[in-house]
Amino acid sequence: MKSSFKNHRQGHHFGLLCAVLFLAALLSLLSPQFLTTRNILNLLLQSSVNALLAAGMTLVIITGGIDLSVGSILGLTAVVTAGILQSPLPVPGAILGGLALGAGLGIANGLVVIKGKIPPFIATLGMMTLSRGLALSLSGGRPVTGLPREFLLLASSSVLGIPTPLWIVAAVYLAGTFLLARTNLGRYIYAVGNNMKASRYAGCPVPTTIITAYTLSGMLAALAGMVLVARLDSAQPVMGAGYELNAIAAVVVGGAALSGGTGNLGGTLLGAIMMAMITNAINILNISPFYAQILQGVVILAALFVHSAGKSPSRSCITRHYGPGRGQKFQGGEEV
Amino acid sequence: MKRTVLCILVTALMGGLVLPAAAAGRGEKEADSTAPVLGLSVSTLNNMFFVTLRDGAQEAARELGVQLLVVDSQDDPTREASNIQDLLQRGVSALLINPTDSDAIAPSVHRANQSGVPVFTIDRGAHGGTVVSHIASDNVAGGSLAAEYLLQKIGGTGEIAELQGIPGTSAARDRGAGFNSVVSGSAHVRLVAAQTANFNRTEGLDVFQNILQAQTNLKGVFAHNDEMILGAIQAAEAAGRARDMIFVGFDAVEDALTAVADGKLHATVAQKPAEMGRLGVITALNYLAGKPVESSIPVDLQLVTAENVDHF
Repeated sequence: MKSSFKNHRQGHHFGLLCAVLFLAALLSLLSPQFLTTRNILNLLLQSSVNALLAAGMTLVIITGGIDLSVGSILGLTAVVTAGILQSPLPVPGAILGGLALGAGLGIANGLVVIKGKIPPFIATLGMMTLSRGLALSLSGGRPVTGLPREFLLLASSSVLGIPTPLWIVAAVYLAGTFLLARTNLGRYIYAVGNNMKASRYAGCPVPTTIITAYTLSGMLAALAGMVLVARLDSAQPVMGAGYELNAIAAVVVGGAALSGGTGNLGGTLLGAIMMAMITNAINILNISPFYAQILQGVVILAALFVHSAGKSPSRSCITRHYGPGRGQKFQGGEEV
Repeated sequence: MKRTVLCILVTALMGGLVLPAAAAGRGEKEADSTAPVLGLSVSTLNNMFFVTLRDGAQEAARELGVQLLVVDSQDDPTREASNIQDLLQRGVSALLINPTDSDAIAPSVHRANQSGVPVFTIDRGAHGGTVVSHIASDNVAGGSLAAEYLLQKIGGTGEIAELQGIPGTSAARDRGAGFNSVVSGSAHVRLVAAQTANFNRTEGLDVFQNILQAQTNLKGVFAHNDEMILGAIQAAEAAGRARDMIFVGFDAVEDALTAVADGKLHATVAQKPAEMGRLGVITALNYLAGKPVESSIPVDLQLVTAENVDHF
């Protein structure tokens, strides 16, 4: 059974990887500027914010939930962090404060979902509106600019020639993959998403698991916001509007099912990179903005198609995941 | 028990939100009960430009001693329609509308017409209904103004880029048209990249970063608004190419004025949002007083550069 767990969690990204590589090959044929170190680093840098949001979103989606509030939490924590940064408090204090706020909003999401028994879609929709409203009222609708140089280093510095945000993304994805593949919490996250009722009977701490997933999502949204603020040298209350949809798209392109129970971070990262690649290509090839969105939609759908073609149906996925015996039991539950 | 506590909490929360608002409303009303009441519907207060527009209108209203009720559509035509209905319900004497969308606003203008409330549009017009006056700056002229400055600064020759606004919006169309009419008339200037960054600073950064990759000889860039040009400047600075380029924005928002003063941004086209709001209130009051008003009231545009930035 252990091997079947591993098999599932490492995922099957062959189709998606092929799609990304094919796209990259096509683009380097079309433009000599595409396959340059600088452009690849830029592209990864541009994907970093979405990648951070999508990492948290992956955890939430695996539990069978969804977090629509990430874009607004990004905006609110960005404004608050920038506000603290302008006070005499030290930079690390502001960063911790912002992360704590993000985590707090995530906990609130989790509590509303679990204790309030409100569907995640609605609960996080409420948080989305609330956070955006707070961001706007706290900032008075104006951007917060003039941030300390040390904070801007978060985006402008690089280590070993690789921009710091990419190291942050790498750290988050490594830690997240470890969490999902090697810890009890990771096991619970998949179990809850597969069948909440059954996992509760099996002794899995459902409330804690779900609250933790939303908390991590909120905290990562705050982290993404800081990277964005450091890149722009300004925090704007409208920052991150609509980002939740990009994050969801990256997770789904990465192979997770919105019904929960499947997915992993490797796929999500590929999904986020692919989405940044499309925008990058549109700009480099100077494709008319009118066609750009059509192209984006087509490429995302094509990637989903390529990806799902290489995958077995989700039902057998669950069976594979838990082994035949438990799979049978799980299928007796309310969801599957 | 739990439910009772929850009910009390929710009620308390709602009370906390509503009472101060009601108190504020009362405070305004006490100012003058005989003067006309004007309604102002703003497309979104998420954008500094419209915040300034509202401030200008409020200031004019305060000076002239009239009450101004402001509603925020949050860029949502549905919310806008119900907001305007509320304003009509409250019996405003005239409506100043800064529409979210020129087409979507038409039914609301019709409704106001039916109620006999005169309508004035600000910044964006209405494709339907009867509007007394349209108060707006000439975006086409603004685009040309920007292009002329940019071309002169790069010495009338070289490659340039354009960061466009949200495709299909009139601002993007008009500013682009004005800009392109000047650029296409110049034989030695080539527009090598024209991409949208949706009026957004983050997208301005990402899109211009990509354009910089493809275009190695860029000498200048014009963006349809300041947010995008500020993002583009960040991108060029990160690539170490900011010094080789001329940046021209549009709107003259606070951050852009700071950037002009710092020498990072070379020029921005100043619309005068506060002036628009002020002229809106004045025009409406003139009309209510029976004075003749023009059907189209152009608001000046002006190029802001390092030389005159102190006056803004």
